[in-house]
Amino acid sequence: MTKRIDILVAEPSEIIVEGLSSLLSKRSDYSLLAPLHDATILEERVRTLQPDLLLLNPTLLSHPEKLHLAAVQQAAPSMALVAVVYQYVEPSVLSLFPHTIDIREARNRIAAIVDEAVQDIRTHASEQEDYELSDRETQVLVLIAQGLSSKEIADRLCISIHTVNTHRKNITHKTGIRSVAGLAVYAMLHNLA
Amino acid sequence: MFNAHTRLADMITCNPTLVLLMPRLGISFGFGDKTVAEVCKTYGLPLDFVLLVCNLYTTGEPLPDEQGIASLDMRLLVPYLQASHRYYTEERLPHLQRHLAAVGERAGERCGAVLDRFFEGYKQDIADHFALEEQKIFPYLQSLEKGGSAKPSLSRHFSHNHTDLREKISDLLQILYKYIPSDAPVEELNELIFGLLQLSSDFERHALIEDHVMLPYIAYLERRQS
Repeated sequence: MTKRIDILVAEPSEIIVEGLSSLLSKRSDYSLLAPLHDATILEERVRTLQPDLLLLNPTLLSHPEKLHLAAVQQAAPSMALVAVVYQYVEPSVLSLFPHTIDIREARNRIAAIVDEAVQDIRTHASEQEDYELSDRETQVLVLIAQGLSSKEIADRLCISIHTVNTHRKNITHKTGIRSVAGLAVYAMLHNLA
Repeated sequence: MFNAHTRLADMITCNPTLVLLMPRLGISFGFGDKTVAEVCKTYGLPLDFVLLVCNLYTTGEPLPDEQGIASLDMRLLVPYLQASHRYYTEERLPHLQRHLAAVGERAGERCGAVLDRFFEGYKQDIADHFALEEQKIFPYLQSLEKGGSAKPSLSRHFSHNHTDLREKISDLLQILYKYIPSDAPVEELNELIFGLLQLSSDFERHALIEDHVMLPYIAYLERRQS
């Protein structure tokens, strides 16, 4: 199942908030948080709710915008930003946002931009490193800890020696441990041996 | 870079880990404001060698070239390396093992036994490594100095596995950081961790001196003989 995406809209115009909400609520994996109409409590709200995506009208940011936005971003570092615009916004401010929605664009174009931003979040999440050993890596680790060579492990598990070496590399990367003796300690402390 | 006119106290102020070298070089404390040249004169030590070791230990430089090796007074080299080995095996490792035992004691019987076995294995690696040097390499070097015949196969065979010596320290540190039960005694853990880090960097400098002073010196002596 795909992860639910929490979206916070911060926009002064009620009618635009309504419009965006109606557009986004068609997607079952998007969840809309209670919108904000000004930015006074934006940072606190972001910190508490940890939204995945913030649709923000840049004119709400107080000067200097860059610092204000940085503070908001810091409150939820992995949150993605989308600017919502329909007035003139300084290009330097607009450039702080990886994605921009112009309200005057077509309905499906607006939805597509939100989808792109969400896609970025999902790609980023899958790029985050997973330090858990896989079942296969655990098996290999136990055999290394028992003192078997890569060749013996390959024979035992019916895999190529190249695959064993890839597992070894991943095990070292994930645990930070290189020596056989060190891996044996890891195995014992994790009740694998 | 330290030179002959640098006061020894200033050198140590600049790099406090040099205090570890003083006993290995045979220098006692209480040298007042003497320069390193004056201290060496007092103790009858070769100034160029002492300066080289102190500089290498502090900055990793200068790595002597062939000419530098040929012109150095190396009479202190083997005694210095032997004293370093003694310091590691007789002082540092037992000291660290005591802290490890204290950590293991509180981390549960199984964990304690596992850590102890790891450390015993590590001590054995180091003992084997030092034994090879003390029983084969140092006597060979000394025989070359006295004009003995060159056996290049021996020194070439002597593959230096200093990385291995530091690899297990790094592994143990990772285990301590990540996998030791959280109720392990913090003070003992800290002592152990900082002690291991210090030993690792000491080994690194030690390896530098063996790889860039001792081995080139052996190669120089071999060429001189042939």
